[in-house]
Amino acid sequence: MAEFKEISPDAPLGQKALNWVDNRFPLSKLFNEHMAEYYAPKNFNWWYIFGSLALLVLVIQIVTGIFLVMHYKPDATTAFASVEYIMRDVPWGWLIRYMHSTGASAFFVVVYLHMYRGLIYGSYRKPRELVWVFGCAIFLVLMAEAFMGYLLPWGQMSYWGAQVIVNLFSAIPFVGPDLALLIRGDFVVGDATLNRFFSFHVIAVPLVLLGLVVAHIIALHEVGSNNPDGVEIKATKDDKGIPLDGIPFHPYYSVHDIFGVSLFLMVFSAIVFFAPEFGGYFLEYNNFIPADPLVTPLHIAPVWYFTPFYSMLRAITSEMMYALIACVLLGALLGVVKARLNMVMKGAVVGSAVVLVALMLAIDAKFWGVVAMGGAVVILFFLPWLDNSPVKSIRYRPSWNKWLYLVFVINFLILGYLGVQPPSPVGERVSQVGTLFYFGFFLLMPWWSRLGEFKPVPSRVTFHPH
Amino acid sequence: MSEATVDATVDSSRRTWLITSCAMGGVGAAAVAVPFVSSFQPSERAKAAGAAIEVDISTLQPGEKRVVEWRGKPVWIMRRTPEQLAALEKQEDQLADPNSDRKTYPTPEYAKNRHRSIKPEVLVAVGICTHLGCSPGDKFTPGPQPSLPDDWQGGFLCACHGSTFDVAGRVFKNKPAPDNLEVPPHYYLSDTTLLVGEEKKA
Repeated sequence: MAEFKEISPDAPLGQKALNWVDNRFPLSKLFNEHMAEYYAPKNFNWWYIFGSLALLVLVIQIVTGIFLVMHYKPDATTAFASVEYIMRDVPWGWLIRYMHSTGASAFFVVVYLHMYRGLIYGSYRKPRELVWVFGCAIFLVLMAEAFMGYLLPWGQMSYWGAQVIVNLFSAIPFVGPDLALLIRGDFVVGDATLNRFFSFHVIAVPLVLLGLVVAHIIALHEVGSNNPDGVEIKATKDDKGIPLDGIPFHPYYSVHDIFGVSLFLMVFSAIVFFAPEFGGYFLEYNNFIPADPLVTPLHIAPVWYFTPFYSMLRAITSEMMYALIACVLLGALLGVVKARLNMVMKGAVVGSAVVLVALMLAIDAKFWGVVAMGGAVVILFFLPWLDNSPVKSIRYRPSWNKWLYLVFVINFLILGYLGVQPPSPVGERVSQVGTLFYFGFFLLMPWWSRLGEFKPVPSRVTFHPH
Repeated sequence: MSEATVDATVDSSRRTWLITSCAMGGVGAAAVAVPFVSSFQPSERAKAAGAAIEVDISTLQPGEKRVVEWRGKPVWIMRRTPEQLAALEKQEDQLADPNSDRKTYPTPEYAKNRHRSIKPEVLVAVGICTHLGCSPGDKFTPGPQPSLPDDWQGGFLCACHGSTFDVAGRVFKNKPAPDNLEVPPHYYLSDTTLLVGEEKKA
């Protein structure tokens, strides 16, 4: 425990009050550790705004959410009408709801960009593995939060979207149908489902989300931020032990981020006021029709932020399974011929490949579609251990890496586009190729990340004062 | 840490009790979780709502499809035209399970035939795609059209993921849906009255 600190009786009242608190709660200590004496690299570029923005959107979602719950009714017979009531009769209710619905999409925009930043600058590499893992967990929880929230307006898209996603779980062999029943609480999506999703959306998942955000930030502040050069600033310190390339987060980045926040709020407000439905992408038109359990809308598609993963789900057909089986066999063959493993391990590789192929033949493609969709998110958790590159940042990787990452992004966008479209034979083929590329990018990373000519990494960050 | 504590011998009796208490605590926590997890199950009220329903099909015209609700699901009752019935034979080689042998949604014995029904013309099926639970749409006009093959004979298309079914609810090969549409238990109370949701008692 810290010493009890006495302060001069002549000190100003504010200082006395702060001293009183500091003797009982580490207020100044926390502020210094996380703001005024948290040293962040001085060479951050604009990619580094999205963490702060994600925190801002989280606050917007929580505050608007609290106010929406005051008027919303989680009941299958009144839910749709209560949302319309918020939109038409509650003073300024339309603004609060549009902020919440736009905030949901904005959340995914900033989180996707935030994750991409981590990807290109190697921010997941040692010692930041847990920062990345907590971040991936936040992404996963955020998807659950968004999915459950989408059921609440009880429109046609809410209803059939939930029906499709909950039925995904019933594809799991043996336990699936019972699991889907436990999630729905009824034989079809109904009032019971709406009520429990409401409970999860407003209290359970947000609590988990907040806990993970705190863990993410504590882990980050323990190891310090990465930067566009991927250079460890803690390796070069001055005689006071302060990193030479670091600047205190407060006031430098706190003020700097206010500028980014202002730009973000301009775009955010423009959408809230002028295009809250965003052409049917943020609020789908079919969701303005009340849920009808007897009629599926002709075209159902998830909200845009789920569509890349939804495309991968649709790509796994029984034909595609043969391509996947070929991949498994090829992988096992390479493992036996190329990898430096002893005979026991090679036997294990062959054995598990045989078991996997047998399962792939025995279980419906529907289940493997679910596995692909879930695996596409889960694989991100393993990124720190998949990347074998000797350098962190894309700046010092072989030049062709930039093209590879570009193709990865374009592929992800194409998958997202196809997920919005109705199924078509050409789209199916493209999404199958895209799915193979997505998984190939990660699964082959241990191999390709070592290839090529790496550029020398400087010992200090590159920084041009302005 | 001092030398003494490092070298201290383990008091195995204390350790045994420590492990036992942890195990008992774990059992208690698991027991407490049971009622909470159980509360996720369908309530007694939801279970009771699954009663059978009676449908009068005397006014059902050839080619007409009616949707009734049973256990919250859409049940299709459709009187097929002779042309539609004749078309059932034409594409059996393109079907995944033409004889309804798969067991995921077992087809009742009385519907294990080409038309998958008791009366050849009257189809009774749960209008829920066996893929992910969307309700397929009617595509009764034969011939080429968007999202459908050029030799289309009429049937159902699930717009969600593109699964196609013939007018007997049999799924085509290489589609996301693995199974034919479910035929619910049903029987005829009279010539024109159907009971959906119960088997005929012997």
